[in-house]
Amino acid sequence: MKQMINVALPKGRLGEKVYSMFEAAGYECPSIREKNRKLIFENEETGVRYFWVKPSDVAIYVERGAADIGVAGKDILEEYRPNVYELLDLRTGVCKMMVAAKSDFHDDHSKTLRVATKFVNIARNYYAGKSRDIDIIKLNGSIEIAPILGLSDVIVDIVETGTTLKENDLQVYEDIFPISARLIANKSSFQFKTEQMEELVASLKKQVEEQ
Amino acid sequence: MFDESILKTEERAVFTLRSLYATHGYQPYKMSKFEEYDLYARNKDFLVSDSVITFTDTNGKLMALKPDVTLSIIKNYKDEPGVMQRVYYNENVYRVSDETHQYKEILQTGLECMGEIDFYNLCEVLRLAVESLRSLSGEFVLDISHMGILSGLLDQAGVDKDFAAEVSSLIADKNAHEIPRLCAQYGVPQELCDKLVRFVGIYGSRDKVLAELETFCEGEAMEAALQQLRDLSAELDGWKDASRIRFDFSLVNDMRYYDGIVFQGYVEGIPDVILTGGQYDRLMRRMGRKSGAIGFAVYLDLLENFLSERTTYDVDVILLYDDDADLALLDEMAATYMKKGMTVSVQKEKPKKLSCRQLVRFNNKGVEVLETND
Repeated sequence: MKQMINVALPKGRLGEKVYSMFEAAGYECPSIREKNRKLIFENEETGVRYFWVKPSDVAIYVERGAADIGVAGKDILEEYRPNVYELLDLRTGVCKMMVAAKSDFHDDHSKTLRVATKFVNIARNYYAGKSRDIDIIKLNGSIEIAPILGLSDVIVDIVETGTTLKENDLQVYEDIFPISARLIANKSSFQFKTEQMEELVASLKKQVEEQ
Repeated sequence: MFDESILKTEERAVFTLRSLYATHGYQPYKMSKFEEYDLYARNKDFLVSDSVITFTDTNGKLMALKPDVTLSIIKNYKDEPGVMQRVYYNENVYRVSDETHQYKEILQTGLECMGEIDFYNLCEVLRLAVESLRSLSGEFVLDISHMGILSGLLDQAGVDKDFAAEVSSLIADKNAHEIPRLCAQYGVPQELCDKLVRFVGIYGSRDKVLAELETFCEGEAMEAALQQLRDLSAELDGWKDASRIRFDFSLVNDMRYYDGIVFQGYVEGIPDVILTGGQYDRLMRRMGRKSGAIGFAVYLDLLENFLSERTTYDVDVILLYDDDADLALLDEMAATYMKKGMTVSVQKEKPKKLSCRQLVRFNNKGVEVLETND
């Protein structure tokens, strides 16, 4: 009997885009397109079982083996550093992790830098690498407002097009790293479903290259 | 004697592994829960997690709850030419979980083989690793790697230390797509970059990997490592479950401590590595010992959550009695159940949270069944 591969997909626009790639690669599951509130979708023929989870949770599902593979943004992988294989860059959901500040911002090195961010570990590591003393302000959303209200000097956040920044008189101060969606796999599952996973990676790789 | 079925999976594993190691001449090694912190401070990178629980003892010395067993064993090891020292242990270690940043107690069992390690000792330890995995589950995989291949490749090229560390972590994640970016950042030549990308793809059945390595390895260090892998593979071919023993170079341990064969074991259904080990001659040198050493540890705490079945009932029988009960007869009745190998809880009222297969009430003549939950 063919073993099922459990795939954790991030809910939302990125997940739908990624599912289309899986579909084109021959891992379709038509029931997923039906409008309902189901969370798990299965196609025994192709041997895949998909489920939608919160994007920031994908890595946890995969690391703990509830999913064999999953798709997560590089931002999440850098923030949580899960112990998983990162098998493929899907080259979708492309954006950047950046430091942004008000356009008239001047970095005063004699002061502790106040950094507002959702990505506490990324910010901490980035500034630790520069030996800069910072005060991290953890926010859960609307990060851009922090420097405008004087809550922070800079923000560390994802920037896709830069429109939100521009409209709020903010600008990119430094690039940290590029982001895109990555295919990740549980290290133990990979040992026992090696061939199936290799096949899947190869088919997806073809999709990525044809894009 | 007692009924073995009462043992939990991890408890049974402890006994099985202990008897396995003892029959191969390994001596039990019992150690104190504490160790001077200094030992860990000097070898911080050898530890899996950075944080160590420390406290000051009555003499003002900084102590630690041991996060690792191997360092303590080496500390107490004395070189003895021609003699092989074999020890096994079964200890709790204390580490910080990356996820929750809380301390965890981890039950670890394992062995160390110390002396002048030759091919015989290498095979002996690998065989015990395979047998340990097999005793936990028939569905297992042992991945073997040789640190000499990657360190040979990086030494030859004379790369930057930071680059070596970063590229090792990409290789450990089987992440080939980010290697070109990292190489560009460090100005690494294209040829080495291509080789590193190719290296990520070298894993799987031993024959396939050896064939691939034939055209990959250049230079003395890599050739020597390859020869060791060839010899090892030829020996492994004759073993039971030989196809479950593979080569995988994404298995990268710290090159400051490990220099030869390293290995990791997985069991189907457990999402984490359950067995990890290798040859750590370099650590022995750093701690001033002339001999080499090889060993492994098995993480038994993982068994509790994954391989063991959840019990459906707390006890087989709840035996209720009231104030008029003849206590001698009640005791006899409880004993009858116990003789049948059943677990019995004698109570006046049924406890709310205690589930049972059968709820019975004792009257001085016998029992009346009130509830059966089978």
